Amino acid sequence: MTIEVIKPGLLTTLQDRGRPGFAHLGVGRSGAFDAPALRIANALCGNAADACGLEITLLGPTLRFLEDVWIAVTGAPMPITIDGTDAPMWAPVPIRAGATLTLGATHTGCRGYVAVRGGLDFAPVLGSRSSDLNAALGPLEGRPLRAGDVLPFVTPDGVFANAATMPKWRLDPRPWFDSEAQAPLRLMPGHHLDCLTEGSRKRLFTQLFVIQSKSNRVGVRLSGPTLEWTAPIEMISEGCLPGVLQLPPSGEPIAFGPECPVSGGYPRIGQLAAVDLPRLAQRRPGDAVRFTSCTLDEALHALRKREQVLAGMEATIRRRMKMIAGLR
Amino acid sequence: MAFALEAIAEDTLLLRFGDRIDAAINARVHAAAGALRQAALPGVIDIAPAFASLLVRHETGSGSFSLVAAITKAIEEGNANPLENEPDPISFEIPVFYGDNVGPDLDAVAAHAGLSPDEVIARHVTGIYTVAMLGFAPGFPYLLGLDAALHVPRRADPRTRVPAGSVAIGGAQTGIYPRELPGGWHLIGRTPLQLFDPDRNPPALLAPATRVRFRAIDAAEFARLAAARR
Repeated sequence: MTIEVIKPGLLTTLQDRGRPGFAHLGVGRSGAFDAPALRIANALCGNAADACGLEITLLGPTLRFLEDVWIAVTGAPMPITIDGTDAPMWAPVPIRAGATLTLGATHTGCRGYVAVRGGLDFAPVLGSRSSDLNAALGPLEGRPLRAGDVLPFVTPDGVFANAATMPKWRLDPRPWFDSEAQAPLRLMPGHHLDCLTEGSRKRLFTQLFVIQSKSNRVGVRLSGPTLEWTAPIEMISEGCLPGVLQLPPSGEPIAFGPECPVSGGYPRIGQLAAVDLPRLAQRRPGDAVRFTSCTLDEALHALRKREQVLAGMEATIRRRMKMIAGLR
Repeated sequence: MAFALEAIAEDTLLLRFGDRIDAAINARVHAAAGALRQAALPGVIDIAPAFASLLVRHETGSGSFSLVAAITKAIEEGNANPLENEPDPISFEIPVFYGDNVGPDLDAVAAHAGLSPDEVIARHVTGIYTVAMLGFAPGFPYLLGLDAALHVPRRADPRTRVPAGSVAIGGAQTGIYPRELPGGWHLIGRTPLQLFDPDRNPPALLAPATRVRFRAIDAAEFARLAAARR
Protein backbone atom coordinates (compact mmCIF):
# COMPACT_ATOMS: atom_id res chain seq x y z
CA MET A 1 0.00 0.00 0.00
CA THR A 2 1.50 3.27 -1.01
CA ILE A 3 1.30 7.03 -1.08
CA GLU A 4 2.61 8.96 -4.05
CA VAL A 5 4.36 12.29 -3.48
CA ILE A 6 2.93 14.78 -5.99
CA LYS A 7 4.61 17.86 -4.48
CA PRO A 8 7.14 17.50 -1.66
CA GLY A 9 6.45 20.80 0.14
CA LEU A 10 9.26 23.05 1.35
CA LEU A 11 11.09 20.46 3.46
CA THR A 12 9.26 17.26 4.33
CA THR A 13 11.13 14.48 6.10
CA LEU A 14 10.44 11.02 7.50
CA GLN A 15 10.54 11.12 11.29
CA ASP A 16 9.90 8.84 14.23
CA ARG A 17 11.13 8.91 17.82
CA GLY A 18 14.74 9.11 16.69
CA ARG A 19 17.93 7.09 16.67
CA PRO A 20 19.29 6.61 20.20
CA GLY A 21 22.33 4.55 21.15
CA PHE A 22 24.85 5.51 18.47
CA ALA A 23 26.27 8.79 19.81
CA HIS A 24 29.66 7.11 20.39
CA LEU A 25 29.87 6.50 16.62
CA GLY A 26 29.08 10.11 15.79
CA VAL A 27 25.41 9.42 14.99
CA GLY A 28 22.92 11.93 16.40
CA ARG A 29 19.42 11.40 17.75
CA SER A 30 17.34 13.00 15.02
CA GLY A 31 13.58 12.31 15.30
CA ALA A 32 10.59 14.66 15.22
CA PHE A 33 11.47 18.19 16.41
CA ASP A 34 7.99 18.59 17.94
CA ALA A 35 7.89 15.04 19.30
CA PRO A 36 4.54 15.24 21.17
CA ALA A 37 2.81 16.44 17.99
CA LEU A 38 3.96 13.34 16.09
CA ARG A 39 3.01 11.11 19.03
CA ILE A 40 -0.51 12.53 19.06
CA ALA A 41 -0.82 12.14 15.29
CA ASN A 42 0.20 8.50 15.69
CA ALA A 43 -2.29 8.00 18.53
CA LEU A 44 -5.05 9.43 16.33
CA CYS A 45 -4.20 6.73 13.76
CA GLY A 46 -4.14 3.98 16.36
CA ASN A 47 -0.37 3.64 15.83
CA ALA A 48 2.39 2.84 18.29
CA ALA A 49 4.21 5.92 19.56
CA ASP A 50 7.32 4.99 17.58
CA ALA A 51 5.59 4.78 14.17
CA CYS A 52 7.10 6.79 11.33
CA GLY A 53 5.30 9.85 9.95
CA LEU A 54 6.11 13.02 8.04
CA GLU A 55 7.52 16.24 9.43
CA ILE A 56 6.48 19.26 7.39
CA THR A 57 8.28 22.60 7.41
CA LEU A 58 6.29 25.82 6.73
CA LEU A 59 4.69 24.47 3.53
CA GLY A 60 3.18 21.01 3.32
CA PRO A 61 3.25 18.39 0.57
CA THR A 62 0.57 17.15 -1.84
CA LEU A 63 0.10 13.39 -1.54
CA ARG A 64 -2.01 10.90 -3.49
CA PHE A 65 -3.24 7.86 -1.58
CA LEU A 66 -3.50 4.67 -3.59
CA GLU A 67 -5.48 2.77 -0.93
CA ASP A 68 -8.21 3.50 1.59
CA VAL A 69 -6.64 4.57 4.86
CA TRP A 70 -6.95 7.11 7.59
CA ILE A 71 -4.50 9.80 8.59
CA ALA A 72 -4.07 12.53 11.18
CA VAL A 73 -2.36 15.91 10.92
CA THR A 74 -1.06 17.80 13.97
CA GLY A 75 1.41 20.57 14.78
CA ALA A 76 1.38 24.06 13.29
CA PRO A 77 -2.06 25.09 11.95
CA MET A 78 -2.31 24.84 8.16
CA PRO A 79 -5.07 24.43 5.59
CA ILE A 80 -5.80 20.81 4.64
CA THR A 81 -7.94 19.61 1.77
CA ILE A 82 -8.84 16.18 0.45
CA ASP A 83 -9.82 16.41 -3.21
CA GLY A 84 -10.58 20.07 -2.58
CA THR A 85 -12.74 19.56 0.53
CA ASP A 86 -11.53 20.98 3.85
CA ALA A 87 -10.37 18.44 6.42
CA PRO A 88 -9.62 18.97 10.13
CA MET A 89 -6.34 18.80 12.01
CA TRP A 90 -6.00 16.97 15.36
CA ALA A 91 -8.55 14.34 14.32
CA PRO A 92 -8.62 10.98 12.53
CA VAL A 93 -9.44 11.68 8.87
CA PRO A 94 -10.52 9.01 6.36
CA ILE A 95 -9.00 9.06 2.89
CA ARG A 96 -10.33 7.06 -0.04
CA ALA A 97 -8.11 5.28 -2.55
CA GLY A 98 -7.20 7.72 -5.30
CA ALA A 99 -7.81 10.83 -3.19
CA THR A 100 -5.30 13.68 -3.06
CA LEU A 101 -4.34 15.27 0.25
CA THR A 102 -3.09 18.85 -0.02
CA LEU A 103 -1.38 20.49 2.94
CA GLY A 104 -0.91 24.24 2.68
CA ALA A 105 1.36 26.77 4.35
CA THR A 106 1.38 27.06 8.14
CA HIS A 107 -0.54 30.13 9.38
CA THR A 108 1.59 30.34 12.49
CA GLY A 109 4.19 27.94 13.78
CA CYS A 110 6.77 26.09 11.75
CA ARG A 111 6.27 22.32 11.72
CA GLY A 112 3.38 19.98 11.03
CA TYR A 113 3.10 16.20 11.31
CA VAL A 114 1.23 13.63 9.25
CA ALA A 115 0.67 10.14 10.57
CA VAL A 116 -0.81 7.34 8.47
CA ARG A 117 -2.68 4.36 9.92
CA GLY A 118 -0.05 1.62 10.38
CA GLY A 119 2.90 3.99 9.97
CA LEU A 120 5.22 4.53 7.02
CA ASP A 121 6.88 1.21 6.36
CA PHE A 122 10.51 1.85 5.42
CA ALA A 123 13.32 -0.42 6.60
CA PRO A 124 14.85 1.19 9.69
CA VAL A 125 18.43 2.50 9.46
CA LEU A 126 20.31 1.98 12.74
CA GLY A 127 17.02 1.28 14.47
CA SER A 128 15.13 4.33 13.22
CA ARG A 129 13.18 5.55 10.21
CA SER A 130 14.09 9.18 10.93
CA SER A 131 15.82 11.19 8.24
CA ASP A 132 19.03 12.79 9.45
CA LEU A 133 19.54 15.28 6.61
CA ASN A 134 22.87 16.52 7.87
CA ALA A 135 24.33 13.01 8.17
CA ALA A 136 22.50 11.74 5.05
CA LEU A 137 21.24 8.87 7.21
CA GLY A 138 17.88 7.15 7.14
CA PRO A 139 15.49 5.74 4.54
CA LEU A 140 15.62 7.59 1.16
CA GLU A 141 19.35 8.14 1.87
CA GLY A 142 18.33 10.53 4.62
CA ARG A 143 17.07 13.16 2.18
CA PRO A 144 13.80 15.12 2.23
CA LEU A 145 10.85 13.96 0.12
CA ARG A 146 10.89 14.59 -3.62
CA ALA A 147 8.10 14.62 -6.16
CA GLY A 148 7.64 11.06 -7.42
CA ASP A 149 8.70 9.35 -4.17
CA VAL A 150 6.52 6.42 -3.17
CA LEU A 151 5.86 5.99 0.55
CA PRO A 152 4.88 2.47 1.62
CA PHE A 153 2.55 1.84 4.54
CA VAL A 154 0.88 -1.17 6.10
CA THR A 155 -2.57 -1.12 7.60
CA PRO A 156 -2.33 -3.78 10.26
CA ASP A 157 -5.96 -4.75 10.55
CA GLY A 158 -7.79 -4.00 7.34
CA VAL A 159 -10.08 -1.49 9.06
CA PHE A 160 -11.19 0.71 6.21
CA ALA A 161 -11.25 4.42 6.25
CA ASN A 162 -14.94 5.02 6.29
CA ALA A 163 -16.40 8.44 6.91
CA ALA A 164 -19.47 6.84 8.52
CA THR A 165 -17.43 5.02 11.17
CA MET A 166 -14.91 7.79 11.80
CA PRO A 167 -15.19 9.73 15.05
CA LYS A 168 -16.72 13.16 14.78
CA TRP A 169 -14.58 14.72 17.51
CA ARG A 170 -11.25 16.46 17.28
CA LEU A 171 -8.67 17.30 19.93
CA ASP A 172 -8.18 20.73 21.37
CA PRO A 173 -4.69 21.58 20.10
CA ARG A 174 -4.09 24.31 22.67
CA PRO A 175 -1.94 22.48 25.16
CA TRP A 176 0.10 20.97 22.33
CA PHE A 177 0.52 23.85 19.97
CA ASP A 178 1.90 27.01 21.49
CA SER A 179 0.41 29.89 19.57
CA GLU A 180 1.69 32.44 22.07
CA ALA A 181 5.06 32.98 20.48
CA GLN A 182 5.99 35.48 23.18
CA ALA A 183 5.85 33.04 26.09
CA PRO A 184 9.42 32.50 27.32
CA LEU A 185 11.29 29.22 26.92
CA ARG A 186 12.68 27.66 30.09
CA LEU A 187 16.49 27.59 30.14
CA MET A 188 18.68 25.76 32.63
CA PRO A 189 22.11 27.26 33.30
CA GLY A 190 24.84 25.91 31.03
CA HIS A 191 28.43 25.13 32.01
CA HIS A 192 29.73 28.50 30.81
CA LEU A 193 26.82 30.73 31.85
CA ASP A 194 28.81 32.16 34.74
CA CYS A 195 31.56 33.19 32.31
CA LEU A 196 29.21 35.77 30.78
CA THR A 197 29.38 39.30 32.12
CA GLU A 198 26.66 40.16 34.62
CA GLY A 199 25.04 42.47 32.07
CA SER A 200 25.04 39.72 29.45
CA ARG A 201 23.40 37.24 31.82
CA LYS A 202 20.73 39.80 32.56
CA ARG A 203 20.16 40.49 28.85
CA LEU A 204 19.92 36.75 28.14
CA PHE A 205 16.98 36.40 30.51
CA THR A 206 15.19 39.69 29.86
CA GLN A 207 15.60 40.70 26.24
CA LEU A 208 14.11 39.40 22.99
CA PHE A 209 15.98 37.23 20.52
CA VAL A 210 14.79 36.80 16.94
CA ILE A 211 14.98 33.55 14.95
CA GLN A 212 17.14 33.82 11.85
CA SER A 213 16.12 32.36 8.51
CA LYS A 214 19.16 30.05 8.35
CA SER A 215 17.71 27.98 11.20
CA ASN A 216 17.00 24.30 10.59
CA ARG A 217 16.70 20.94 12.34
CA VAL A 218 20.35 21.16 13.39
CA GLY A 219 19.83 24.37 15.27
CA VAL A 220 17.79 27.52 15.64
CA ARG A 221 20.00 30.55 15.16
CA LEU A 222 19.17 33.62 17.20
CA SER A 223 20.05 37.26 16.87
CA GLY A 224 19.57 39.61 19.76
CA PRO A 225 21.37 41.50 22.49
CA THR A 226 25.14 41.42 22.73
CA LEU A 227 26.46 38.63 24.95
CA GLU A 228 30.04 38.97 26.16
CA TRP A 229 32.45 36.82 28.16
CA THR A 230 34.32 38.17 31.16
CA ALA A 231 37.41 36.47 29.69
CA PRO A 232 38.15 34.44 26.57
CA ILE A 233 37.06 30.79 26.93
CA GLU A 234 39.35 27.98 25.87
CA MET A 235 37.55 24.69 25.54
CA ILE A 236 37.77 21.39 23.77
CA SER A 237 35.03 19.53 21.99
CA GLU A 238 32.64 17.65 24.28
CA GLY A 239 29.33 15.84 23.97
CA CYS A 240 26.42 17.84 22.59
CA LEU A 241 22.67 17.24 22.56
CA PRO A 242 19.39 18.84 21.46
CA GLY A 243 18.43 21.79 23.62
CA VAL A 244 21.98 23.06 24.16
CA LEU A 245 22.23 26.85 23.82
CA GLN A 246 25.68 27.40 22.39
CA LEU A 247 27.43 30.75 22.04
CA PRO A 248 29.92 30.66 19.15
CA PRO A 249 32.46 33.45 18.50
CA SER A 250 29.94 35.25 16.26
CA GLY A 251 28.10 36.16 19.48
CA GLU A 252 24.82 34.84 18.10
CA PRO A 253 23.48 31.90 20.12
CA ILE A 254 22.34 28.63 18.53
CA ALA A 255 19.67 26.51 20.21
CA PHE A 256 20.34 22.96 19.03
CA GLY A 257 17.61 20.81 17.51
CA PRO A 258 17.27 17.04 16.98
CA GLU A 259 19.87 16.88 14.20
CA CYS A 260 22.61 18.62 16.16
CA PRO A 261 26.14 17.19 16.07
CA VAL A 262 27.06 14.72 18.84
CA SER A 263 29.95 16.94 19.90
CA GLY A 264 30.57 20.65 20.00
CA GLY A 265 33.54 22.86 20.66
CA TYR A 266 31.87 26.13 21.59
CA PRO A 267 30.82 27.30 25.05
CA ARG A 268 27.32 26.43 26.22
CA ILE A 269 25.38 29.01 28.13
CA GLY A 270 22.20 27.05 28.69
CA GLN A 271 20.11 23.95 28.18
CA LEU A 272 16.48 24.28 27.15
CA ALA A 273 14.04 22.36 29.29
CA ALA A 274 13.03 19.28 27.27
CA VAL A 275 9.36 20.26 27.56
CA ASP A 276 10.15 23.45 25.64
CA LEU A 277 11.94 21.81 22.68
CA PRO A 278 8.58 21.30 20.90
CA ARG A 279 7.83 24.97 21.46
CA LEU A 280 11.20 25.92 19.97
CA ALA A 281 10.37 23.64 17.01
CA GLN A 282 7.27 25.73 16.34
CA ARG A 283 9.05 29.10 16.21
CA ARG A 284 9.64 30.29 12.68
CA PRO A 285 12.15 32.70 11.18
CA GLY A 286 11.32 36.21 12.39
CA ASP A 287 9.56 34.97 15.55
CA ALA A 288 10.74 36.30 18.89
CA VAL A 289 12.17 34.14 21.67
CA ARG A 290 12.59 35.01 25.31
CA PHE A 291 14.25 32.87 27.95
CA THR A 292 13.37 32.38 31.55
CA SER A 293 15.64 30.70 34.06
CA CYS A 294 14.72 27.27 35.39
CA THR A 295 16.37 24.53 37.44
CA LEU A 296 16.90 20.91 36.43
CA ASP A 297 14.36 19.83 39.05
CA GLU A 298 11.74 22.19 37.64
CA ALA A 299 12.47 20.97 34.11
CA LEU A 300 12.17 17.33 35.21
CA HIS A 301 8.94 18.03 37.04
CA ALA A 302 7.43 19.77 34.00
CA LEU A 303 8.53 16.90 31.75
CA ARG A 304 7.03 14.22 34.02
CA LYS A 305 3.79 16.15 34.19
CA ARG A 306 3.62 16.48 30.41
CA GLU A 307 4.41 12.77 29.95
CA GLN A 308 1.54 11.90 32.30
CA VAL A 309 -0.90 14.08 30.40
CA LEU A 310 0.33 12.79 27.04
CA ALA A 311 0.15 9.12 28.09
CA GLY A 312 -3.33 9.70 29.54
CA MET A 313 -4.47 11.32 26.33
CA GLU A 314 -3.04 8.50 24.20
CA ALA A 315 -4.99 6.00 26.32
CA THR A 316 -8.21 8.02 25.99
CA ILE A 317 -7.80 8.30 22.22
CA ARG A 318 -7.18 4.55 22.01
CA ARG A 319 -10.37 3.82 23.95
CA ARG A 320 -12.52 6.09 21.85
CA MET A 321 -11.06 4.81 18.59
CA LYS A 322 -11.83 1.23 19.61
CA MET A 323 -15.43 2.10 20.34
CA ILE A 324 -16.00 3.95 17.13
CA ALA A 325 -13.85 2.22 14.55
CA GLY A 326 -14.17 -1.29 15.93
CA LEU A 327 -10.43 -1.72 16.39
CA ARG A 328 -9.08 -4.64 18.30
CA MET B 1 36.94 11.16 42.47
CA ALA B 2 38.86 11.41 39.21
CA PHE B 3 36.08 13.16 37.33
CA ALA B 4 33.48 15.87 37.77
CA LEU B 5 29.90 14.83 37.08
CA GLU B 6 27.31 17.31 35.88
CA ALA B 7 23.66 16.62 35.03
CA ILE B 8 23.44 18.81 31.91
CA ALA B 9 19.90 17.88 30.90
CA GLU B 10 16.93 15.83 32.11
CA ASP B 11 18.33 12.72 30.42
CA THR B 12 22.06 13.46 30.21
CA LEU B 13 25.09 13.39 32.48
CA LEU B 14 28.49 14.76 31.48
CA LEU B 15 31.58 13.34 33.19
CA ARG B 16 34.67 15.53 32.81
CA PHE B 17 38.10 13.97 33.32
CA GLY B 18 40.18 17.00 32.37
CA ASP B 19 40.16 20.15 30.29
CA ARG B 20 42.72 19.51 27.56
CA ILE B 21 43.45 17.15 24.69
CA ASP B 22 45.82 14.65 26.21
CA ALA B 23 46.36 10.94 25.56
CA ALA B 24 46.41 10.01 29.28
CA ILE B 25 43.16 11.88 30.02
CA ASN B 26 41.53 10.39 26.91
CA ALA B 27 42.61 6.90 28.03
CA ARG B 28 40.78 7.46 31.33
CA VAL B 29 37.66 8.48 29.38
CA HIS B 30 37.80 5.23 27.41
CA ALA B 31 38.47 3.17 30.53
CA ALA B 32 35.37 4.71 32.13
CA ALA B 33 33.32 4.14 28.96
CA GLY B 34 34.44 0.51 28.90
CA ALA B 35 33.56 0.02 32.56
CA LEU B 36 30.09 1.52 32.02
CA ARG B 37 29.45 -0.66 28.96
CA GLN B 38 30.47 -3.70 30.93
CA ALA B 39 28.26 -2.71 33.85
CA ALA B 40 25.27 -2.46 31.46
CA LEU B 41 23.36 -0.24 33.88
CA PRO B 42 19.61 -0.29 33.27
CA GLY B 43 18.24 2.91 31.73
CA VAL B 44 21.54 3.95 30.11
CA ILE B 45 21.01 4.71 26.40
CA ASP B 46 24.26 6.30 25.19
CA ILE B 47 27.86 6.25 26.41
CA ALA B 48 29.74 8.66 24.17
CA PRO B 49 33.42 9.49 24.77
CA ALA B 50 34.96 12.83 23.78
CA PHE B 51 38.58 13.97 24.25
CA ALA B 52 38.33 14.56 27.99
CA SER B 53 34.69 13.88 28.83
CA LEU B 54 32.06 11.19 28.65
CA LEU B 55 28.42 11.86 27.85
CA VAL B 56 25.92 9.44 29.36
CA ARG B 57 22.35 9.61 28.16
CA HIS B 58 19.76 7.79 30.20
CA GLU B 59 16.03 7.34 30.33
CA THR B 60 14.43 10.38 31.90
CA GLY B 61 13.59 9.65 35.49
CA SER B 62 16.52 7.27 35.98
CA GLY B 63 18.83 10.28 36.33
CA SER B 64 18.42 9.99 40.05
CA PHE B 65 20.92 9.77 42.80
CA SER B 66 21.05 5.99 42.39
CA LEU B 67 22.16 6.11 38.74
CA VAL B 68 24.90 8.61 39.58
CA ALA B 69 26.03 6.33 42.40
CA ALA B 70 25.96 3.27 40.12
CA ILE B 71 27.99 5.08 37.44
CA THR B 72 30.59 6.21 39.95
CA LYS B 73 30.83 2.71 41.41
CA ALA B 74 31.20 1.07 37.97
CA ILE B 75 33.98 3.45 36.95
CA GLU B 76 35.83 3.04 40.23
CA GLU B 77 35.61 -0.74 39.98
CA GLY B 78 36.83 -0.48 36.39
CA ASN B 79 39.80 1.57 37.62
CA ALA B 80 40.54 -1.06 40.24
CA ASN B 81 40.67 -3.76 37.52
CA PRO B 82 42.27 -1.85 34.66
CA LEU B 83 43.30 -4.90 32.62
CA GLU B 84 39.71 -5.73 31.75
CA ASN B 85 39.24 -2.31 30.22
CA GLU B 86 42.50 -1.93 28.32
CA PRO B 87 41.83 -0.75 24.78
CA ASP B 88 42.35 -3.37 22.10
CA PRO B 89 46.12 -3.51 21.54
CA ILE B 90 45.75 -4.77 17.97
CA SER B 91 46.20 -1.82 15.69
CA PHE B 92 43.88 -1.32 12.78
CA GLU B 93 45.73 -0.64 9.57
CA ILE B 94 44.40 2.03 7.22
CA PRO B 95 45.84 1.90 3.69
CA VAL B 96 46.39 5.40 2.31
CA PHE B 97 47.35 6.63 -1.12
CA TYR B 98 49.28 9.79 -0.20
CA GLY B 99 49.73 12.96 -2.22
CA ASP B 100 48.95 13.23 -5.92
CA ASN B 101 45.45 14.52 -6.69
CA VAL B 102 43.95 12.82 -3.60
CA GLY B 103 46.27 14.63 -1.16
CA PRO B 104 46.33 18.17 -2.56
CA ASP B 105 47.67 19.68 0.70
CA LEU B 106 50.60 17.29 1.17
CA ASP B 107 53.06 19.83 -0.25
CA ALA B 108 51.66 22.62 1.93
CA VAL B 109 51.96 20.45 5.06
CA ALA B 110 55.53 19.55 4.06
CA ALA B 111 56.41 23.22 3.53
CA HIS B 112 54.92 24.15 6.91
CA ALA B 113 56.83 21.34 8.63
CA GLY B 114 60.08 22.08 6.79
CA LEU B 115 60.12 18.50 5.50
CA SER B 116 59.88 16.85 2.11
CA PRO B 117 56.51 15.28 1.16
CA ASP B 118 58.09 11.81 1.50
CA GLU B 119 59.28 12.66 5.01
CA VAL B 120 55.72 13.74 5.93
CA ILE B 121 54.40 10.40 4.67
CA ALA B 122 57.15 8.52 6.53
CA ARG B 123 56.27 10.26 9.79
CA HIS B 124 52.51 9.84 9.26
CA VAL B 125 52.82 6.06 8.76
CA THR B 126 55.23 5.69 11.70
CA GLY B 127 52.73 6.97 14.25
CA ILE B 128 50.42 4.78 16.34
CA TYR B 129 47.16 6.62 16.82
CA THR B 130 44.19 6.27 19.13
CA VAL B 131 40.60 7.02 18.14
CA ALA B 132 39.98 9.68 20.78
CA MET B 133 36.35 10.17 19.76
CA LEU B 134 33.96 10.03 16.83
CA GLY B 135 32.09 13.15 15.88
CA PHE B 136 31.51 15.85 13.28
CA ALA B 137 29.85 13.22 11.08
CA PRO B 138 28.93 9.56 11.61
CA GLY B 139 32.15 7.55 11.72
CA PHE B 140 34.58 10.51 11.63
CA PRO B 141 37.52 9.52 13.89
CA TYR B 142 39.55 12.13 15.72
CA LEU B 143 42.97 10.47 16.02
CA LEU B 144 45.49 11.37 18.70
CA GLY B 145 49.19 10.59 18.31
CA LEU B 146 50.24 12.80 15.41
CA ASP B 147 53.98 13.56 15.19
CA ALA B 148 54.45 17.10 16.57
CA ALA B 149 56.34 18.10 13.41
CA LEU B 150 53.14 17.51 11.41
CA HIS B 151 50.89 19.79 13.46
CA VAL B 152 49.46 22.36 11.05
CA PRO B 153 46.77 24.98 11.80
CA ARG B 154 43.53 24.41 9.90
CA ARG B 155 43.10 25.96 6.49
CA ALA B 156 42.03 29.59 6.56
CA ASP B 157 39.71 28.81 3.69
CA PRO B 158 37.73 25.59 4.37
CA ARG B 159 36.66 23.48 1.39
CA THR B 160 32.95 23.10 0.75
CA ARG B 161 33.49 19.52 -0.49
CA VAL B 162 36.08 17.15 0.88
CA PRO B 163 35.88 13.72 -0.84
CA ALA B 164 35.00 10.58 1.14
CA GLY B 165 38.03 8.73 2.48
CA SER B 166 40.24 11.81 2.62
CA VAL B 167 42.99 11.50 5.24
CA ALA B 168 43.63 14.89 6.76
CA ILE B 169 45.53 16.88 9.35
CA GLY B 170 43.87 19.59 11.46
CA GLY B 171 45.95 21.15 14.23
CA ALA B 172 47.41 18.40 16.44
CA GLN B 173 45.10 15.71 15.06
CA THR B 174 44.64 13.57 12.06
CA GLY B 175 41.33 12.20 10.84
CA ILE B 176 39.48 10.57 7.97
CA TYR B 177 36.38 11.97 6.25
CA PRO B 178 33.81 9.13 6.14
CA ARG B 179 31.87 10.72 3.30
CA GLU B 180 31.87 13.89 1.22
CA LEU B 181 31.66 16.79 3.66
CA PRO B 182 32.77 20.38 4.01
CA GLY B 183 36.06 20.65 5.88
CA GLY B 184 39.00 22.84 6.86
CA TRP B 185 41.65 20.18 7.46
CA HIS B 186 44.66 19.65 5.19
CA LEU B 187 44.18 16.70 2.84
CA ILE B 188 47.29 14.55 2.55
CA GLY B 189 45.88 11.35 1.03
CA ARG B 190 42.90 9.05 0.69
CA THR B 191 41.91 5.60 1.91
CA PRO B 192 39.77 3.23 -0.17
CA LEU B 193 38.17 1.82 3.02
CA GLN B 194 34.60 2.71 3.89
CA LEU B 195 34.70 4.36 7.31
CA PHE B 196 30.95 4.22 7.92
CA ASP B 197 28.19 2.02 6.56
CA PRO B 198 24.86 1.92 8.41
CA ASP B 199 24.14 -1.53 6.95
CA ARG B 200 27.33 -2.99 8.41
CA ASN B 201 27.69 -4.21 12.00
CA PRO B 202 29.36 -2.37 13.57
CA PRO B 203 28.59 0.55 11.25
CA ALA B 204 31.77 2.48 12.08
CA LEU B 205 35.08 0.95 10.96
CA LEU B 206 36.92 2.58 13.85
CA ALA B 207 35.36 2.49 17.32
CA PRO B 208 36.42 4.86 20.09
CA ALA B 209 39.74 3.78 21.70
CA THR B 210 40.81 1.72 18.65
CA ARG B 211 44.56 1.84 17.92
CA VAL B 212 45.24 2.81 14.32
CA ARG B 213 48.23 2.81 11.96
CA PHE B 214 48.46 4.06 8.40
CA ARG B 215 50.15 2.20 5.54
CA ALA B 216 51.22 3.90 2.32
CA ILE B 217 49.83 2.33 -0.85
CA ASP B 218 50.15 3.24 -4.52
CA ALA B 219 47.47 4.15 -7.03
CA ALA B 220 47.18 0.57 -8.29
CA GLU B 221 46.56 -0.86 -4.81
CA PHE B 222 44.10 1.94 -4.07
CA ALA B 223 42.17 1.03 -7.21
CA ARG B 224 42.25 -2.68 -6.33
CA LEU B 225 41.05 -2.14 -2.75
CA ALA B 226 38.37 0.30 -3.87
CA ALA B 227 37.12 -2.20 -6.46
CA ALA B 228 37.14 -5.03 -3.89
CA ARG B 229 34.88 -2.95 -1.66
CA ARG B 230 32.10 -2.92 -4.22
